[in-house]
Amino acid sequence: MGSPRFWSWAALVAGLLYFFLPLVGMFEFSLRARRGEYSFQAYTNVLSDPQFRETFMYSVVVALFTIVLGVLIVAPTAFWVRLKLPKLRPVIEFITLLPLVIPPIVIVFGYIRLYNTSSWLPLTGTAMGTNILLTFGYSVLALPYMYRAVDTGLRTIDVATLTEAAQSMGASWFTIITKLILPNILSAILSGAFLTFAIVIGEYVFAALLNRPGFGPYMVWMGGNKAYEPAALAVIAFGITWACMGVIQLATRLSKHNRVQR
Amino acid sequence: MTDATLAAPAPEPVEVQAPRPRPSRAAALPLKWLGVAPFMLFALLFLIMPTIHIVLGAFQTPEGAFTLRNLQGLAVPQVVRPFMLSIKISVLTAGLGCLFGLILAAAVTKGGLPGWIRDAMLTFSGVASNFAGVPLAFAFIATLGRLGLVTVILKEVFGINLAATGFNLISFLGLTLTYLYFQIPLMILIITPALDGLKREWREAAEILGASGSQYWRMVALPVLWPSLLGTFALLFANSFGAVATAMALTGSSLSIVPIILFAQIRGDVLQDPHLGYAIAFGMIVITGIANLVYIVLRTRAEKWIK
Repeated sequence: MGSPRFWSWAALVAGLLYFFLPLVGMFEFSLRARRGEYSFQAYTNVLSDPQFRETFMYSVVVALFTIVLGVLIVAPTAFWVRLKLPKLRPVIEFITLLPLVIPPIVIVFGYIRLYNTSSWLPLTGTAMGTNILLTFGYSVLALPYMYRAVDTGLRTIDVATLTEAAQSMGASWFTIITKLILPNILSAILSGAFLTFAIVIGEYVFAALLNRPGFGPYMVWMGGNKAYEPAALAVIAFGITWACMGVIQLATRLSKHNRVQR
Repeated sequence: MTDATLAAPAPEPVEVQAPRPRPSRAAALPLKWLGVAPFMLFALLFLIMPTIHIVLGAFQTPEGAFTLRNLQGLAVPQVVRPFMLSIKISVLTAGLGCLFGLILAAAVTKGGLPGWIRDAMLTFSGVASNFAGVPLAFAFIATLGRLGLVTVILKEVFGINLAATGFNLISFLGLTLTYLYFQIPLMILIITPALDGLKREWREAAEILGASGSQYWRMVALPVLWPSLLGTFALLFANSFGAVATAMALTGSSLSIVPIILFAQIRGDVLQDPHLGYAIAFGMIVITGIANLVYIVLRTRAEKWIK
């Protein structure tokens, strides 16, 4: 056995220990709710908690709206910039990366000051207004991932040629976008959508500071008040992240498959 | 800075389509720009204006006059200490994240391990780098907390009392250990393509010239990877510097890092000076901004080699 390979295995085993022990620990802990035996009691408690259902559904709905909003903003822009304004691409790209530079807590701080009840756009004055603000905020958080996913999808098709071909056959812009561009970048949009979902579902800072009953604040509240239920929540959250990433992998693989056949 | 870059490109297309007749150009220009208007409006309202508002607020008195007093107000121990702690924890988790991430990525790409391990590792890294925030803190409490799995096993099987060794999850060390759970995977995701870019010929050339494995890494691979490594370090630094939820769920508010102080300040003005909150937020933007600038500059340099 060569020594580099030995060290590779050693590093891998150490990495596996570090990455799997917390997962095992979290799962084991979540089963301890009944004294002396393993049970799914903590999960039953969590799932039957009306607060869990309310906050989880709230976050799911916000995530769905965030995805729709994100796609509506990002997809036409990325398409248009590739087609008509290539010179603007670095600027757009720079803007889409800003949410990675500016800490989320600073962005939400800005919202609270800029859209409070005494401002020109008092979004935080009503619950619905705050919901809308939260959705826009999450779209900002997801912007880097959504834009990258869609832009990568657009790179693989020849936008200009396809559009010209459609135009010369008399297609309207609406037809071009819905029947031509969207189907071609659907897997890219799906990737962005599921990544957005994974980010939004357990988000804490925005929801907490805007005082919205999201799943993130609920988890923190549980963490301070219960022993075993938080571990069950962590398992559920990990499952959701894992599922989202799985769908993304599947979507990318399927789109590659399509391309080979063509 | 940001609104300047927004406004700057506007006149460019005039030069681009010079040969066209005048009337069509005048009609085409606004329409063309209308296509990005929704995006620009969105970015302006929910990203750029809120940030500018905070930055301006850092230089304003409550009455709106220009002042540097807020920034001077940062120089008190109750603000400086959290900044130092945050920088320390970000440097440490970024450094260790880079080191362990590089080792793991090198092991799966260059270490002669079966190919499926590499794919599995990349997939898992994609999940783990997104598994941050509140649930991650719970996972570590369930593992290394007072009643956590590892704590219990160490005590009952090996007779080691973790608490007696001075280890406490709700501490600097505990937070570092937890942050590494998303820092290392992020490093693996970013550095693996760079490692793939190391050409086999370079290694063969080094070996023909009589270099040992460690000499190859020290004198060929690492110098080539250096900009990528430093750049990723900067990215990981910013990543950890802005993280709030994990620390919050892990330590409550007992560990005073900057984002937690800012969180408390936004909630309840704990520093008793609203404009000091602006100054702290501005300080955070400056630090993550510098880190990202370093990342961007070094990445463009790294791309020269890795093609």
